[in-house]
Amino acid sequence: MEKKQNKYPVNHIIGFALSITLTIVAAWTALSSDLPVMWIIIAIMALAVIQAGIQLFMFMHITERGATHAPWNMMFHAFVIAAIVVAGSLFTMSFGFTHDHGGGDHHDESGAESHEESHDDHEGH
Amino acid sequence: MQLDEFFVTGEPLIYAGMVSIVLVSATVIFLLTYFKRWKWLWNEWLTTVDHKKIGIMYILSALAMLFRGGVDALMMRTQLAFPDMNFLNSQHYNEVFTTHGTIMIIFMAMPFLIGLMNIIVPLQIGARDFAFPFLNAVSFWSFFFGALLFNLSFVIGGAPDAGWTNYAPLAGSELSPGPGINFYLLGLQLSGIGTLATGINLMVTILRMRAPGMTLMKMPIFTWSTLITTFIIIFAFPILTIALALMTIDRIFGSHFFTLTGEGLPMMWANLFWMWGHPEVYIVILPAFGIFSEVIASFAQKQIFGYKAMVGAIVIIAGLSFVVWVHHFFTMGAGAFVNSVFSITTMMIAIPTGVKIFNWLATLYKSKIIFSAPMLWSLAFIPSFTIGGVTGVMLGMAAADYQYHNTYFLVSHFHYVLIPGTVFACFAGLIFWYPKMFGHKLNERIGKWAFWLFLIGFHLCFFPQYFLGLDGMARRIFTVGPEWFTLNFVSTMGAFLMGLGFIVFVHCVIYSFRFSPRNIEGDSWGYGRTLEWATPTPIPKYNFATLPEIESHDALIDMKEKGQTTFDRDKLEPIHMPSYTGQPFIMAAIMFFASFALVFEWITLAVIGLAGIIVMMIIRSFDYDEGYHIEVDEVIETEKKARGMTDE
Repeated sequence: MEKKQNKYPVNHIIGFALSITLTIVAAWTALSSDLPVMWIIIAIMALAVIQAGIQLFMFMHITERGATHAPWNMMFHAFVIAAIVVAGSLFTMSFGFTHDHGGGDHHDESGAESHEESHDDHEGH
Repeated sequence: MQLDEFFVTGEPLIYAGMVSIVLVSATVIFLLTYFKRWKWLWNEWLTTVDHKKIGIMYILSALAMLFRGGVDALMMRTQLAFPDMNFLNSQHYNEVFTTHGTIMIIFMAMPFLIGLMNIIVPLQIGARDFAFPFLNAVSFWSFFFGALLFNLSFVIGGAPDAGWTNYAPLAGSELSPGPGINFYLLGLQLSGIGTLATGINLMVTILRMRAPGMTLMKMPIFTWSTLITTFIIIFAFPILTIALALMTIDRIFGSHFFTLTGEGLPMMWANLFWMWGHPEVYIVILPAFGIFSEVIASFAQKQIFGYKAMVGAIVIIAGLSFVVWVHHFFTMGAGAFVNSVFSITTMMIAIPTGVKIFNWLATLYKSKIIFSAPMLWSLAFIPSFTIGGVTGVMLGMAAADYQYHNTYFLVSHFHYVLIPGTVFACFAGLIFWYPKMFGHKLNERIGKWAFWLFLIGFHLCFFPQYFLGLDGMARRIFTVGPEWFTLNFVSTMGAFLMGLGFIVFVHCVIYSFRFSPRNIEGDSWGYGRTLEWATPTPIPKYNFATLPEIESHDALIDMKEKGQTTFDRDKLEPIHMPSYTGQPFIMAAIMFFASFALVFEWITLAVIGLAGIIVMMIIRSFDYDEGYHIEVDEVIETEKKARGMTDE
């Protein structure tokens, strides 16, 4: 067991306050601001990157060296999982969805013609 | 709110349930008061941070949940054998299959395995407790209260009825109003906190608290499988947490993440659910593989064949488990390319799993097999699980899956992997390590009776279901035509045989408690290979007085050769132990209160509960209890008594 730490955890308090503030700002941006949708998305993404930075520097020992060094291994795995979740969701939820269960490339076209085509396409597989 | 809206009314079976709950609770309260055991309950169990006791509580809760889920299963089988009897109506049947699935996976399989890990992993690596004993108690109590919340639903408010997968939009507030689905969401959320915390706790314990000399590649296989399982828990459970939270916000606060209106995306629920759900299946199967490896190596009296290949296979299975989730919804319509990709990753899982099957067979090859009860469960696992695995590959072929999807073929497949895989492992592990938990063995003769009844019942129950499925019988229906009567009837007979097997097992536990010999060896079976068998039985509070240098993954075999024990008088030092505390219990009870309020959408009460949780966290933050020390004299006395030494 480590010795009792009497040092006041200033960094943690600042980090905690900042992450709460950023969350409130993000919620306000989405719910009450009058920005166009694209700017809301960009703003939320930017806030998320800042949030991640705060976590890394204030809580995850990223600047430390020696025995309590940053958990690079775990961070790598976390990035891989995050990539799987995001890219995987986009892949499964947007690729190949059409209303006629046909091939993947025709959902922009309309009318009976595309219906025909996608059926041909389907058989082609 | 009227009282008849709060309690479920109008169902004779549920009235019977209420009466039995009241009777059992009254009996427990009476017994505790009569024998003046309230103080004992609080001091020895409710406030404990000892990993062995927490593990026992996990296993007892899991057995209770196995009983509840099993009764659900028997009710369903009765209905399907005699659909004209109208034993269950359609709504009641929906509720029963939902609670059966959820309870068996979340509140039975996982806690049972986590209970075994709790007890055995620290013993296998030579640790005195978990890295964070307080957190371990928080984990248990949040699981316990989560399970309690979920189980309350059938008498208070109404049980969830959207299947254990809880698919949107059916589970949304428009199609399923009322508290039922909220019970599902918050019960899982609450127990999920416990699972995630246990994952972190066990990972730190295994990575930081191993005995001297025990490198990663000298860890016993069960510890390896636990380590990999903790990785899966830590990466998969946050996905469930988020998905549950989004749906809770949908239902209670009217957002549109998974709704049909307001640009919601109902299919995203299925996507997120299975991103967690598939790794979850491996969370309950990998520790089971670990248990079988230990049991098979012990009772084949051989080193496990292909240790490195076994470890590698676990790692590869864990990795693949994150990239196969779409095979649960091939028919959703994601298109041929997406389905093909996931079809291939799915079939790839059969390769490392096959490696493990052949390694177990190679371990058994030309060995002197001891046919003890745990070994019987493990031997039965290999062929039964292989049947489940092969049908899994069949289901993994996307084109063919359009035929099998949501039929009894699928139902039979996943019972064939989860019962021989997880349930057999729970029985094998419980019987194998029983002497380490309770200081006496289970009766072998009765235990074997339970095994044979359960095994025959299992195959009788689920093998016919493959053919029902191929014949087109869909899952989750409460009535079937007469042409499927015979196979359904056979299946129901099998289910009741499994129930009988469980009763015989409970009888075995009670019989052994009364008549099994005490004062047995530390290596209770005589075939132990790993460090947990080096401790005396019963295990002292601190587990190990001293530890030898570990040189291989069969630590006990080396120790026996060199005549070492875990009691080396020259190396004794005072032992630092954590203090018992009531905080985890109280904190989880407040969480239960807050969740219960949220289930009924009583926001004010929920906020009060949330404030209570924060207060408990602040109290914990300023708690400077440093634990206590067990002095050398006391250690010597305990060890001499436990080892039956009378020298000097």
